[in-house]
Amino acid sequence: MPSRYVAIWFRYLKTDWIIRRNPALANMPFVLYEKNHGRMIVSAANFLAEKKGVYAGAILADARATIPALNIQEDPAAIFEEVIQKMAVWFIRYSPIVAVDAPDGIIINATGCAHLWGGEEEYIGNITTRLQQLGYTIKIAMAGSIGAAWALAHYGAEASIVQHGDKKNALAFLPPVALRIDDEIASRLQKLGLTSIIDILDIPTPSLRRRFGNQFIKQLQFALGYIEELMVPVELPAEYVQRLHALEPIKHAKGIEIALQKLIELLCTQLQSVEKGLRHCTFKAYRIDGKIVNIDINITRPSNNCAHIFKLLASKIVELAPGPGIELFVIESNTVEPMPTAQEEIWNVETNELDNKNIAELMDRIMNKIGPQQVKRFLPAEHYWPELSIKLATSLQEKQTIPWANNKIRPQRLLKHPEPIMVTAPIPDYPPMLFKHKGKLHRIVKADGPERIEQEWWLQQGLHRDYYYVEDEAGNRFWLFRYGHYDVTKKDQWFLHGYCT
Amino acid sequence: MPALPQQMYKHFTKNAKIFSILSLKTNSFVIQIGFVMLNQSIILNNLRKEILSLGGIKSPTSKLAQKHGLYMLKDNFPLGIFPTASMHEFITNNPSQLAASTGFVAATIATCLPDNAIIVWISNAHQVYPAALSLFGIQPHKIIFVHPTNEKETNWCIEQALQCNSITAMVAEMSNLNFYNSRRFQLAVEKSKVTGFILNTQTNKINTTACVTRWKIESLPSEFQNKMPGVGLPRWKVELQKIRNGKTGNWEIEWANKKFQLLNPPAIVKESFQQSKTG
Repeated sequence: MPSRYVAIWFRYLKTDWIIRRNPALANMPFVLYEKNHGRMIVSAANFLAEKKGVYAGAILADARATIPALNIQEDPAAIFEEVIQKMAVWFIRYSPIVAVDAPDGIIINATGCAHLWGGEEEYIGNITTRLQQLGYTIKIAMAGSIGAAWALAHYGAEASIVQHGDKKNALAFLPPVALRIDDEIASRLQKLGLTSIIDILDIPTPSLRRRFGNQFIKQLQFALGYIEELMVPVELPAEYVQRLHALEPIKHAKGIEIALQKLIELLCTQLQSVEKGLRHCTFKAYRIDGKIVNIDINITRPSNNCAHIFKLLASKIVELAPGPGIELFVIESNTVEPMPTAQEEIWNVETNELDNKNIAELMDRIMNKIGPQQVKRFLPAEHYWPELSIKLATSLQEKQTIPWANNKIRPQRLLKHPEPIMVTAPIPDYPPMLFKHKGKLHRIVKADGPERIEQEWWLQQGLHRDYYYVEDEAGNRFWLFRYGHYDVTKKDQWFLHGYCT
Repeated sequence: MPALPQQMYKHFTKNAKIFSILSLKTNSFVIQIGFVMLNQSIILNNLRKEILSLGGIKSPTSKLAQKHGLYMLKDNFPLGIFPTASMHEFITNNPSQLAASTGFVAATIATCLPDNAIIVWISNAHQVYPAALSLFGIQPHKIIFVHPTNEKETNWCIEQALQCNSITAMVAEMSNLNFYNSRRFQLAVEKSKVTGFILNTQTNKINTTACVTRWKIESLPSEFQNKMPGVGLPRWKVELQKIRNGKTGNWEIEWANKKFQLLNPPAIVKESFQQSKTG
């Protein structure tokens, strides 16, 4: 399929953008200015101002002299980079590959896209109408190369479409500046009387190279499509994507659900055919007011099970604000993992392993409901410090590397933060005789200890803990510790750290 | 004894009502009565099982290969075995009781449920210390901790976990167990065969619930046989406050050599089956 590119040039990007936010300015001459070495220079002028002879680059005082009723506003120059970036994202509804052509243009790789709108003319027409509705004046062109489309958008006739192999004729009568060359080279060409591209085309390449340099030849070849030009997409298209255009803007949950169901079926079929499963997927909705809303899910174990993925995403549809309506749904995934087709088991053996589809799906449901950090699994770690002796497992499949130690007494319930207690204890290292916790007095009848646990100095600083395992009159057991050595001058040395069975 | 028709025999063993009508209709009445005497206990047993299964207590299947960890309580359990695939409620009034129940539940999972149990532990307290649970013979790395942040999420997570038939047991710490949510949980486990344990931390009142049992576990002072100093093995006062189709009771149980051991053999409670219709 021959490449097709669309170049769009926002003729009055800055002023149109401001008029969109302040419609009162639409019917009066209006310029933006910026300070340059102490002078105020017009940086952008709207259509009416240009008609009366004020162009960007003029000195503001002169402009005001020309048009006494001129409206002026300081140029918020910094934001326009972001504006054009966002605009490019908006254009993703027309094609997955869109690039910004700084400062005020957009390039779309429309290869294989136009037929979805019923043809290239309709495609261009649709873009033009939509942008006009939004209040932007644009010039647009479609051609087989980026260079040609750009040249026609900036210097050609209205909405020109160059058929495949027709580039030379289309470019013939444009000025050489349309090749995106330096001003210096352009003026040199002008001086030599080469006023249109057709004049240059007849000159042999070596002569051109000698006079104008390599870059000039390259630009010429880009325009003629001899070399494919690189474009940097504003968003990298995902590896696995499915798109669904809505005939009419969709506003209600049921409609979104149907779209979601269809897209997931398509995506799962695509994944099944290559034996891959999803780990993460995003469901995007492009609204007609230009906003993009999305929901995404994480999956613990690669899955291409339609029902499961649908369940996870469907539970989040409520978070998707449809606004005035959604015109395009996209489901995409960049994180896929190989997933060989499962072999049917002859013996349905209950292995009680965590590496199980049902458990992974249960975890997905819970994690997507209450947040992934709220689901935990622990493995033993090689530390004595109780808080450090367990570590979080990174996945359901992760195996322990050391066995669980159960030669030491540890509490079944460990308090997150040790709670201070008041004790009566014989000095220096005997277990307490009684302790008071939250106003309740516990008389200790039996005790084991102390078990001294030192800080691991390479990890954290502080004193050691002397742990005692004690039992009160009723048989309740506690795990207490004294922080550091016995010291009569210090208060709050004792803590309750856990309850034992 | 004349050979009974095959079909009639099936009726006899399966359904007592049809059996009595049939026996009245037959001519060889006396012989039938003799047959009844022989098979009465079998028939009654089958009937009991049928009633129990309608009430949600199923006889063990291959999945729940039964282990008799709590064998000392067998006279009080329906079918003489710890009711798996059902909900168990534990009343806990203070942190010590919660710790005692935590240990007892862990020990029950290890001794009454299949080996290598996969456990989902739902709690918002962030207190359970997995390293210490290996003392009771469960594999702490097979516990998945879920920490919901509110009541609604807790109920939702419990129900989701109970519906997943790949896990062995679910333990949840919650304070708002009532008839409605416990009935949903019980219905879920009857289908999925998961065993559910609820550590009920609501201290002020006890709601009516649809759980099969209600327990209260308290610690008891430990004792070494030869009066040695130091803290001994874990001991519990186990109170079975409610059990559907079983008998309530009290025991003193110690955890020794990785199994439950009864401390004081209780006096034999003579209670007929009819009288114990609780729950």
